Amino acid sequence: MSFLSIKNIHHTYFSEKSATEALDNISLDIEEGEFVSFLGPSGCGKTTLLSIIAGLFPPTSGNIQLDNKPIHGDKDFFIGYMLQQDYLFPWKTIEENITLGLKLLKQDDPESKSKALKLLKDFGLEDIEKQFPKQLSGGMRQRAALARTLAVNPKILLLDEPFSALDYQTKLKLEDLVSETLKVFGKTAVLVTHDIGESIAMSDRIYLFAAKPGRIHKAFPVPGELRSLSPFEARSHPLYSDLFQTIWKELESLETIGEH
Amino acid sequence: MKPSVNIKNLHAQYKASLLREKRWVRFCQLLIFIVFFGAWETSSRLEWIDPLIFSSPSKVWNLFLTKITDGTLFSHLSVTVFETVLGFILGTVLGTMLAATLWWSPLLSKILDPYLVILNAMPKVALGPILIVALGPTLTSIIAMGAIISVIITTIVVYTSFREVDPNYLKVLQTFGASRSQMFKEAILPASFPTIISTLKVNVGLSWVGVIVGEFLVSEKGLGYMIIYGFQVFNFNLVMLSLMIIAVFATIMYQLVELLERKLIKNE
Repeated sequence: MSFLSIKNIHHTYFSEKSATEALDNISLDIEEGEFVSFLGPSGCGKTTLLSIIAGLFPPTSGNIQLDNKPIHGDKDFFIGYMLQQDYLFPWKTIEENITLGLKLLKQDDPESKSKALKLLKDFGLEDIEKQFPKQLSGGMRQRAALARTLAVNPKILLLDEPFSALDYQTKLKLEDLVSETLKVFGKTAVLVTHDIGESIAMSDRIYLFAAKPGRIHKAFPVPGELRSLSPFEARSHPLYSDLFQTIWKELESLETIGEH
Repeated sequence: MKPSVNIKNLHAQYKASLLREKRWVRFCQLLIFIVFFGAWETSSRLEWIDPLIFSSPSKVWNLFLTKITDGTLFSHLSVTVFETVLGFILGTVLGTMLAATLWWSPLLSKILDPYLVILNAMPKVALGPILIVALGPTLTSIIAMGAIISVIITTIVVYTSFREVDPNYLKVLQTFGASRSQMFKEAILPASFPTIISTLKVNVGLSWVGVIVGEFLVSEKGLGYMIIYGFQVFNFNLVMLSLMIIAVFATIMYQLVELLERKLIKNE
């Protein structure tokens, strides 16, 4: 059985006026150490699926197993979740922010703490432990948020458009950093994005989602040549443009279906 | 001329203009103070205003000195300050706790919503007579007045700020398996400190109102008692003196809250 197994997930949002079907029969498997992207237009339910995997709320029906254990109600299950913005707590110092997860999970022994602080150094953030998030630049803050996420040693990393609020140069640099870090730690990751290029450059497999209701339209494996490269190098490889064109056309066809 | 010298000169000029403005502001503030008290004294002496009703700064000052030497002023003052500080703290703490309860249980907050609106709209000082009968004409009922006047508005304002905390902060905590009380401690409460501080500033004024009205009603001790007593025996020097002292001490309390603000909100 796969590392992360998602079976027949349906999800419907209810409000007084309507019931909106957000996800329709989603099934997919992710192997350990794999990097998978959910790509699609807004409203295709990709963030909903990520939140369900994160255990933020249960799906209307269907089940998810990580490492052969159901996600809900598993206390040892640590996930790393990164959002569009860093969401570092502005009233906590960087050190307090980084060790927050450890504190909440009651693992704040000196050894884990020093490991967490070492992550900061690995990410090129030195001597800022006592500073407040406001004193850091956007890229530095997102790197600190990555350190906070990895500090609890999560089994799986969920990335919800974590690069979308950054300027282009910072975004490219951070993509390389995340990709390299995940390889070093051998982490499984799921990235939600609407950026075709980003999904090709970073992942091993891409799921293209269609909207209304959210469903998987097609899966694209990323060629091995691209996977072995860093995201920045992958962007200048000829295969990158080929795959980009393929996915672009597929997205266009989705839109025309939607219009009729 | 080198540009660096030029920048230095300009900076010096800028600093000098800042200093000039600051001095001008201070001068005007002092002028208003002197003109106000000068005009009050003069008009009272020349009987442009009735000195019996409006008193005069010199009479108030003399009374101040007498009251200090016989020690009565200090005993009245300490009682009032004690009641106000306690009422203020109780009102703020209870209000914040009530807000926390409402945040904890969204259902309870829906149920209580109309009652909060009614309680907030009602003039709390009207409860004074009931409080005094229920708790006795003592310190307790005056402190209760000081607290009750600010507790509901504190609850409403602080609860609103609890609800406006960015839900993404809670999402971050939830992925770390945080319980609801941990979410409150790590995100909701610290994110609301600026709002709590600004309600403190409002509550300083409200508690003085509650306590002075309480002392009017109980008529035993304190600055409120001095005012009502002065009014009954038609000694308006006493009334004015009490007013002046209230103004000074309310200001001191306000400044202390600002000091707390600077201590509590470090990252601003």
